[in-house]
Amino acid sequence: MNLHEYQGKEIFRAAGIPVPKGEVAKTADEAVAIAGRLGYPAVVKAQVLIGGRGKAGGVKVVKTPEEMAREAGRILGMDIRGHTVHKVLITPSAEIAQEFYAGVVLDRKTETPLLMVSPAGGIDIEEVAHSTPEKILRLHLDSRGLPDYRAREAARFLDPRWEVQKQLARVLVRLARVYRDQDCSLAEINPLVVTKKGEVWALDAKVVIDDNALDRHPDLAELRDLGAEDPGEVEARERGLSYVRLDGTIGCVVNGAGLAMATMDLIQYHGGKPANFLDIGGSSNPDKVTAAMNILTRDSRVRAVLFNIFGGITRCDDVARGLLTALDRIGTKTPIVIRLTGTNEKEARDLLSARGMTALSDMDEAVRAVIARAAEAA
Amino acid sequence: MSILVGRGSKVLVQGITGRDGSFHAKQMKEYGTKVVAGVTPGKGGTDVGGIPVFDSVEEAMARTRADVSVIYVPAALAQDAIYEAVDAEVPLVVCITEGLPARDMVEVASYLKGRSTRLIGPNCPGLISPGQCKVGIMPGFIHAPGRIGLVSRSGTLTYEVVWQLTRAGMGQSTCIGIGGDPIVGTRFVDTLALFEADESTDAIVLIGEIGGTDEEDAAALIEKHVTKPVVAFIAGQTAPPGKRMGHAGAIVSGGAGTAQEKMARFERAGVPVAKVPSEIPGLIAAALRKKRPARLKLVSRAKATGSKKTTAVKARKAKAQAKTAKSKARPKAKARSTGKTRPKRAGRR
Repeated sequence: MNLHEYQGKEIFRAAGIPVPKGEVAKTADEAVAIAGRLGYPAVVKAQVLIGGRGKAGGVKVVKTPEEMAREAGRILGMDIRGHTVHKVLITPSAEIAQEFYAGVVLDRKTETPLLMVSPAGGIDIEEVAHSTPEKILRLHLDSRGLPDYRAREAARFLDPRWEVQKQLARVLVRLARVYRDQDCSLAEINPLVVTKKGEVWALDAKVVIDDNALDRHPDLAELRDLGAEDPGEVEARERGLSYVRLDGTIGCVVNGAGLAMATMDLIQYHGGKPANFLDIGGSSNPDKVTAAMNILTRDSRVRAVLFNIFGGITRCDDVARGLLTALDRIGTKTPIVIRLTGTNEKEARDLLSARGMTALSDMDEAVRAVIARAAEAA
Repeated sequence: MSILVGRGSKVLVQGITGRDGSFHAKQMKEYGTKVVAGVTPGKGGTDVGGIPVFDSVEEAMARTRADVSVIYVPAALAQDAIYEAVDAEVPLVVCITEGLPARDMVEVASYLKGRSTRLIGPNCPGLISPGQCKVGIMPGFIHAPGRIGLVSRSGTLTYEVVWQLTRAGMGQSTCIGIGGDPIVGTRFVDTLALFEADESTDAIVLIGEIGGTDEEDAAALIEKHVTKPVVAFIAGQTAPPGKRMGHAGAIVSGGAGTAQEKMARFERAGVPVAKVPSEIPGLIAAALRKKRPARLKLVSRAKATGSKKTTAVKARKAKAQAKTAKSKARPKAKARSTGKTRPKRAGRR
């Protein structure tokens, strides 16, 4: 789960990482009122769950209330790579002397968290890794977390001044602790700045929480911003489905994540464009199938839907029942192609043929069929 | 024969009284697996379908000397279940449970270092040596005994490929689902080493997906140390970056972990990459007919080169075997229960 900058900063603040004051506004008037309290120059920052805000014009420094009203008004409602801005963070502008990077991620190779710091802050760390890899220091964390002496090592890599190093080391230790204690997949400060007065501040916060750990962090689970996510993805999650919207025309409903990906790939291979990734999981609960059909048929780009079910523990006849129930409930006109193989395949075919529907048994054949149906429907 | 599990393997089921645990314990038993014990704290002394239930893994091990433990407990309890099995020195632990927090697996991975237990999973379908032993949730009937080894990060996609192999007359020695999480106990490289050393495996199918670099590591290992033919397939060519595709580990982040990169790496290693799953049986057949490129012979051992000559014969045998699989033809070779053999690198053989 991605958190907004302002939410990430709250977590940092609670962990003792210095974060500038700031408040969230939903209207230009609120933005002006907040800036009035915090003082000018101020920064207005779009709160969207996607990177590249700065480049898209979603971050502006303003000097007057008039400018704030104009810029906040412009940023609120703007579209940043498919995400509409509903909130802005208003924060005082800092006098930046240096910009660093600090982030903790999971390193799959070593199976440990990895702290990365770089004196080249303020830009995309992947860009730094690509063009100037020597500017990144990597420290693998073990069960001790980040011991102070290693934090000091990282701080020395960033700045030669002891007074600054002390502050940086403290931030890094706390960042590593946040990563661990809050079950993060990513805890990143970019930029981590030193002001002209020599003070260290976290000017941004990018925090991603491990979805699998949300059960033990009910406080974090509540931070989920449903308004900032794709409505289909929100509904899918509530129904226990795994759904990702893509931009093609062929919807797919599949059991299992690997098979779902392979199905998307096969659609593309045969010349079609998948509209989504959708894994209904091991269950064949009719409610799940109905929810899946609802999400797909509401998407106006979807011209045809492919069901690709490999019955193992999931029984084909259960999925067929779910599909028939779903069709009764929502009565879609979208063409549907069904592929069923495996456990109780015959029973499923009987159920479908009683309703005048047929199912294919070969995946390639089914994909070619659904592409043809989508072309007819176009 | 097979790897990791065979006819002699004795299996215990952690979480046997739960919905999934009891269902699959019975399914495994029905398949012919020796399910010797179950564990659910507080339910000791009862039984599930004739399988005795114990309060702890330690007790179950003392009574039954199981070789394998398979875990079906909820995600919040899975880390503890793994620890319990490791501390009871079960040689092979298979964690089916999906949804473990990554932090739990970071801790498990660190705890496993230097210990004798091998972990498979979590978030995996388990493993099966067809006709001998099934440990997990895969449908048994799609498999046939034979000489193809299969390893995959997925569940149903594995079934799809297994089914295509079986229909093409290519039975399997062992099929392993290593799991779709970012951190898993056993990786591609580990299973490749086991298949390379297994006399009952002639060729290997590897099914990878986006995310991480385990496929790249596998390609590097194959280049240097694997003499048997390998065919790969990678799922997720159409996956958008930054989006998690169902599996916790299936995500392209920062431009790394794409299907295209992985496919290119395998091709550089001389591993044929199937563009679609249905190409896999044909590529395996072709790879078994063809000799390995000369440069690989330079690093391969005499024994392995020798075995190449017999692969065509073996493939035909496998085909015959697969055809008669339904009339319960079983490989003659003695089953080996090997949770204990654990070559880390093929090169160290």
